[in-house]
Amino acid sequence: MTTQRVTVVEKILNANDQLAAQNKARLDAAGIFSINIMASPGAGKTSVILNTIKALMPDIRLGVIEGDTAPVTIDADKVTAAGMPAVQINTGGDCHLDAAMIKDALNQLPLESLDIIIIENVGNLVCPAAWDLGTHANVLIASIPEGDDKPYKYPNIYRGLDVLILNKMDLLPYINFNTDYFKQGVEMLNPGLITFPVSCKTGEGLSAWADWLKSHLKRKG
Amino acid sequence: MHELAVTENILAIAKRHAEEAGAVKVTDIHLVIGRLSSIVDESIQFYWDMIAENTLCEGAKLHFDRTPATLRCNACQHEYTLAAELMPCPACGSPNIQVLTGEEFYLESIEITREQEPPRKRKGKG
Repeated sequence: MTTQRVTVVEKILNANDQLAAQNKARLDAAGIFSINIMASPGAGKTSVILNTIKALMPDIRLGVIEGDTAPVTIDADKVTAAGMPAVQINTGGDCHLDAAMIKDALNQLPLESLDIIIIENVGNLVCPAAWDLGTHANVLIASIPEGDDKPYKYPNIYRGLDVLILNKMDLLPYINFNTDYFKQGVEMLNPGLITFPVSCKTGEGLSAWADWLKSHLKRKG
Repeated sequence: MHELAVTENILAIAKRHAEEAGAVKVTDIHLVIGRLSSIVDESIQFYWDMIAENTLCEGAKLHFDRTPATLRCNACQHEYTLAAELMPCPACGSPNIQVLTGEEFYLESIEITREQEPPRKRKGKG
């Protein structure tokens, strides 16, 4: 018997990253712009998605992939009621979506007739940050009641973002939320991050977010 | 976070490389994990003991090389190590900083046991 050291140097989530790259190639080929929406539970992911659908209908066709840890269809039902196709993923208790789940979900959507796919990740600020899904943009929805210290407590999720949506702006007068402190945390982690302050209650800021999405539409091949 | 899924990935990578190298047993696994990744070592070890059972990795010891989180200030070039919470440059106060190390998350190497090497003069794979 002999012993030997074998050099590996392989990223631990390499298998996921490869599947994510395949997902992205497939979305590119279908002319679809896709986003991965992450947030803590209750930040307003579904509300933002429903308002986004409303703002973009009927010219732009969206599909939604809903991730939840339990076998519920509450969110998917709302999207379907709004007139757009939705796929519900039950992660079976897992804290995040991964690229393999998205690969399966894409099989269930009419890709040829969609312009945008929105993925609603599991409500969690830690785990989704580590798992690339192959989308074109990572979007975080933070909300005023969560507090201004979240960038400091969950740095990894902020570092990987392309867009930040700050929701529930209508609550700012009632909550001790230090906007400068919040912004400084974001700036340290992700300088110049595109940020949309919005309120799903008053409608503030939602059209700017919808315009950003429109400006990223791909040409259907 | 998601330590079970991470541990499953570690096992898959270790097994694949061990099989390619003709191992009969994996004795040690060396992981490099930066301080900025939210992984709990004990939790990985806990899952490892469960899922490595009855594989050629059973009983392998996990070694965690925890690289520190070091940052550089883009304004004054000062370099510093994070002890706790994320903070602006301690020298000049600028929030314009970049991460130098601390985001590593890979399997560096494995130590394996092999059957005796076949004698050199024999033809075949070496």
